[in-house]
Amino acid sequence: MISANLSAIFYLVSGVLFILALRGLSSPETSRQGNLFGILGMIIAVTVTFLSVGNFSLGFIFVLFFILIGGSIGALIAYKIPMTAMPELVAGFHSLVGLAAVFVAISAFLNPDAFNLGTPGNIKLGSLIEMSIGAAVGAITFSGSIIAFLKLQGIMSGSPITFKGQHPLNAVILVSIVILIYLLCLTQSSNLFWLLLAVSFLIGFLLIIPIGGADMPVVISMLNSYSGWAAAGIGFTLENTALVITGALVGSSGAILSYIMCKGMNRSFFNVILGGFGATDDTSIATKKEQRPVKSGNADDAAFLMKNASSVIIVPGYGMAVAQAQHALREMVDTLKKNDIKVSYAIHPVAGRMPGHMNVLLAEANVPYDEVFELEEINNDFANADVAFVIGANDVTNPVAKTDPQSPIYGMPVLDVEKCKSVLFVKRSLSPGYAGIDNDLFYKENTLMLFADAKKMTEDITKNL
Amino acid sequence: MEIDPLIFRLSIFILSIFVGYYVVWSVTPSLHTPLMSVTNAISSVIIVGAIIAGLSGNSESIFNTSSIFGFMAIALAAINIFGGFLVTQRMLAMYKKKKKNK
Repeated sequence: MISANLSAIFYLVSGVLFILALRGLSSPETSRQGNLFGILGMIIAVTVTFLSVGNFSLGFIFVLFFILIGGSIGALIAYKIPMTAMPELVAGFHSLVGLAAVFVAISAFLNPDAFNLGTPGNIKLGSLIEMSIGAAVGAITFSGSIIAFLKLQGIMSGSPITFKGQHPLNAVILVSIVILIYLLCLTQSSNLFWLLLAVSFLIGFLLIIPIGGADMPVVISMLNSYSGWAAAGIGFTLENTALVITGALVGSSGAILSYIMCKGMNRSFFNVILGGFGATDDTSIATKKEQRPVKSGNADDAAFLMKNASSVIIVPGYGMAVAQAQHALREMVDTLKKNDIKVSYAIHPVAGRMPGHMNVLLAEANVPYDEVFELEEINNDFANADVAFVIGANDVTNPVAKTDPQSPIYGMPVLDVEKCKSVLFVKRSLSPGYAGIDNDLFYKENTLMLFADAKKMTEDITKNL
Repeated sequence: MEIDPLIFRLSIFILSIFVGYYVVWSVTPSLHTPLMSVTNAISSVIIVGAIIAGLSGNSESIFNTSSIFGFMAIALAAINIFGGFLVTQRMLAMYKKKKKNK
């Protein structure tokens, strides 16, 4: 058994190591070392907890047993999961953090002696407030992440689910959560505690169902943030520095990512959260749609254009992930490079279903990260490039965002693809993207549409090069 | 009058939010997915609370309602810790620079 002061110092050390873990991610070279700092911090925190409780009886064996079970499941998932399923995995992991926070809050509520928080029915007021906030946020994180997971996995439709009176209902439930916490602190009644959990689970579901599939980058970031705040709430209850520091780090990390994602779509956070985007039955858009001529081509035409180019910019999007085309794409690029053609990749902040989704897929396909550029870095290069190869992206290339103030995506930063000498657009059909609007790019003079599955088309082009 | 220890934790919390703010802004956008998986892993340090709950039973009754919730939380957090760090490691191992040989 070690003293409370000593263990507090060790918890502080592991908190600092977690900060270093995030710091390492500022560049790919230092990132692997950063991850090791994170692992070290976790080992210290767990070891110190064992030593400070100092109970190495039968219960200790069971704790190790459950760590082993959970750990093996986790390790198995980590090695088996395909990189395209990363958004689902992250959403699933968020739900586990949320549920773990709820469980810890429940055991603290049922057995406050073990945590030095008072006795059942007479828990210290501060601790009770902290644990009920932690439990409520944890429950929202859990049920919200489950919905996000189901939507990403395709088990549940990605289109927004809205109904009349949705927002007032949500507002009433959120207010009732605050009232329940207040009453719980007044009465210490366990019934109110269970009711609080039930209502929090419910609001988690209700908050996420109206949000559509392509807004998932914001949702995942937001739930990431929630899982942090839940951990911090529990950290205050347990008076544990490591948890408080980590909760704050994760909470602000998720908040920043949500902000970056919203900015990438030029939408306010509230606009995304209120949901319903992309389900517009706006007639003004529908009537504007007329039959316009498009040029379409085959793999041979595309190969010809690229062979005669000196620089090519690739614009990947969610469609590339769906078609699993990243490896085929890399092979095509290898062939281009053999012909001394300069190739770079342009990534829009909201391409894919989570922040950085495209970068991971390209890295998986062995694309060097110094060939991959963010929107601001590369947008000026389109004017000097010969060919833009758009694969699985749509709304993020739509020039309407710059020209038509009526458009729902007006003001969204887009890739200046149309400035290229020629544009190759791989797509299955002319159907509009997520925002439900036509892409002007399809009808431009210099655009060649390649109607096919992204993977198949890329392979065919490689054959023709 | 003594200062409530809560105030100290609150100070740590607020300062950590600021540290988090600056550290996360310096994360390169191409590593945002690993950032999410690693924050997932570290937020599972909540396992320390689960361990305390799991060890709360005495030798006569290892399993009481409170410790059972603790054990379940341990398993969930452990999935996240191992899964989160390992999948991050796996992703980061894929980020390579351009090879010099031509």
